[in-house]
Amino acid sequence: MRVAENLNAALHEVMAATDDLYLLGEDVSDPYGGAFKITRGLSTRFPGRVLSTPISENAITGVAAGLALSGDAAIVEIMFGDFAALAFDQILNFAAKSVSMYGSRVPMRMVVRCPVGGGRGYGPTHSQSLQKHFVGIPGLSLYEMSPFHDNLALLTHMLGRAEPCVLFEDKVLYTRPMHDVPAPFSLAVADGVARVFLDDEPDCVIVATGGTAHRALAAMRSLLLEEEIVCTLLVPSRLYPFEVEVPPARYVFVVEESSAGGTWGAEVAHQVHRRHWGHLAGPVTLVHSADSVIPTAAHLEDEVLVSESAIHRAIREKLRG
Amino acid sequence: MIDADLSRMLLIRAFERKLLDLFGRGLLNGTTHTCLGQEYVPVAMEGLLDPADHVFSNHRGHGHYLARFDDPEGLLAEIMGREGAVCSGVGGSQHIRRDRYLSTGVQGESLPVAAGVALHLKRAEPGRLACAYIGDGTFGEGAVYEALNLAALWGLPLLVVVENNGIAQSTPTPAHTAGTIEGRATAFGIAYALVEGADVDGIRDRLAPLVTGVRQGRPAVIEFVTHRLGPHSKGDDTRPAHAVGEDWRDKLLSPRLERLEAEARARVEAVAADVMARPLSRWETR
Repeated sequence: MRVAENLNAALHEVMAATDDLYLLGEDVSDPYGGAFKITRGLSTRFPGRVLSTPISENAITGVAAGLALSGDAAIVEIMFGDFAALAFDQILNFAAKSVSMYGSRVPMRMVVRCPVGGGRGYGPTHSQSLQKHFVGIPGLSLYEMSPFHDNLALLTHMLGRAEPCVLFEDKVLYTRPMHDVPAPFSLAVADGVARVFLDDEPDCVIVATGGTAHRALAAMRSLLLEEEIVCTLLVPSRLYPFEVEVPPARYVFVVEESSAGGTWGAEVAHQVHRRHWGHLAGPVTLVHSADSVIPTAAHLEDEVLVSESAIHRAIREKLRG
Repeated sequence: MIDADLSRMLLIRAFERKLLDLFGRGLLNGTTHTCLGQEYVPVAMEGLLDPADHVFSNHRGHGHYLARFDDPEGLLAEIMGREGAVCSGVGGSQHIRRDRYLSTGVQGESLPVAAGVALHLKRAEPGRLACAYIGDGTFGEGAVYEALNLAALWGLPLLVVVENNGIAQSTPTPAHTAGTIEGRATAFGIAYALVEGADVDGIRDRLAPLVTGVRQGRPAVIEFVTHRLGPHSKGDDTRPAHAVGEDWRDKLLSPRLERLEAEARARVEAVAADVMARPLSRWETR
């Protein structure tokens, strides 16, 4: 099953299981079913609870917050995550704050889905990975879709938290298979963290976002075959708050597609430094995209975005010099 | 006007005057925005609302709260961070939630949220409405237009009450708004009413059919032409005295008003003394 099918099926199931759950977004209704076809079939099956909206990210997100405030639940699809900038006030200043700023806990069941990432040639305003802009907001939890986490469990978990969540979905994952791990690696998922590993003691640990996991995995494979470097890959479903127990290792790498500067990976590195400084051979290495807008032309986009070869190179240089 | 309405308007005025007095003596923390001159607006509106209707307030919200809840103690405790505060002192003057009343401090932010609540009400509690107070300056925000569009499109029971006091902080309305508020409402096919004067009973009689329409899914914008008699927050009024506008109190001046006003002031003095003597509020459930 492909990731998009898994997510679509998860939305069907969670809508069926939750009578008071709404889904709102631009062009989400059938027969179009969303720009990436993730909401296909939902408006036909759940008329009245799946609402195609005007091009109004601020209002859609505010309406979702109003529904949540009334005791309903809501999932918002932001067509391209980049447009979440237009909903930022509602997320930062209303939804997230409402959980606690009225002095007692206000449950807010809402999820803002943000397709993000490049690699599709959509250019500077339709290709960004915006995770870093949402890190560190009290009352807001950040999640990222991965090929290793079932989306029904993820959506159920997010709505169960009763506080606003943002779900980042790397667009390149939609067409990739679920749970695909090449031999000789093994996959285990526990407590929302996917671990891809060999039985051997790892030389290094890679913490990667869901959207970069397949690139990290490909680098792990080539590092094993070409350099005999053994890596363990950790892919957290929840990005923030980050509470992943990173196993003690001499080398730790964090991989993300974000452009450089103030990244999620820097937050992860800070936590790893605090917990494991004594075990580390050196500071955590951040592997991310360049400090650049994301160009449209494929050859220019390749130069900017984090890639399998960049991950391979960063790890080889650190471990082999 | 019945005593209860006039008393409530005078209570709000006495409360706001007391806040400015406390600020002047360095006894209040942070900032506040008083609604001096606009007290009759929420008092008139509350007469048309049901406790099960939702009210969304803004930065200038003390009158909205006090018109809905006869609770100057809880509000002052909230503003002063004392025991008995409505929101444990976390929200302060601009961020208050109690039952179906909620205020936020960012201009225009509440309208999409109110539209969401109205969507819920339309489905779950037909006949109830969401009422959102905004100002003339709020029309500078895009969120207002997004929400008005959705409300009209989806037939939401959303009532927008505009307190057009002629000034946004220090900027007069003609310097920040092209066109009219009526033009904005009619552009969306939304019902509109203009209210001038502070005749609470007459206002209610006139607006009742419009509010009934809102309950049936026909959103409306009501524009009150009103006057902000005091500063935007505190000590920041740059207007000459003659430009401030008329005071409803001057028109209603009578022995009855003076008697009720003395009662309101005495009550607020007692509330202030009580609240100031209380221990600090505690934020227990985060």
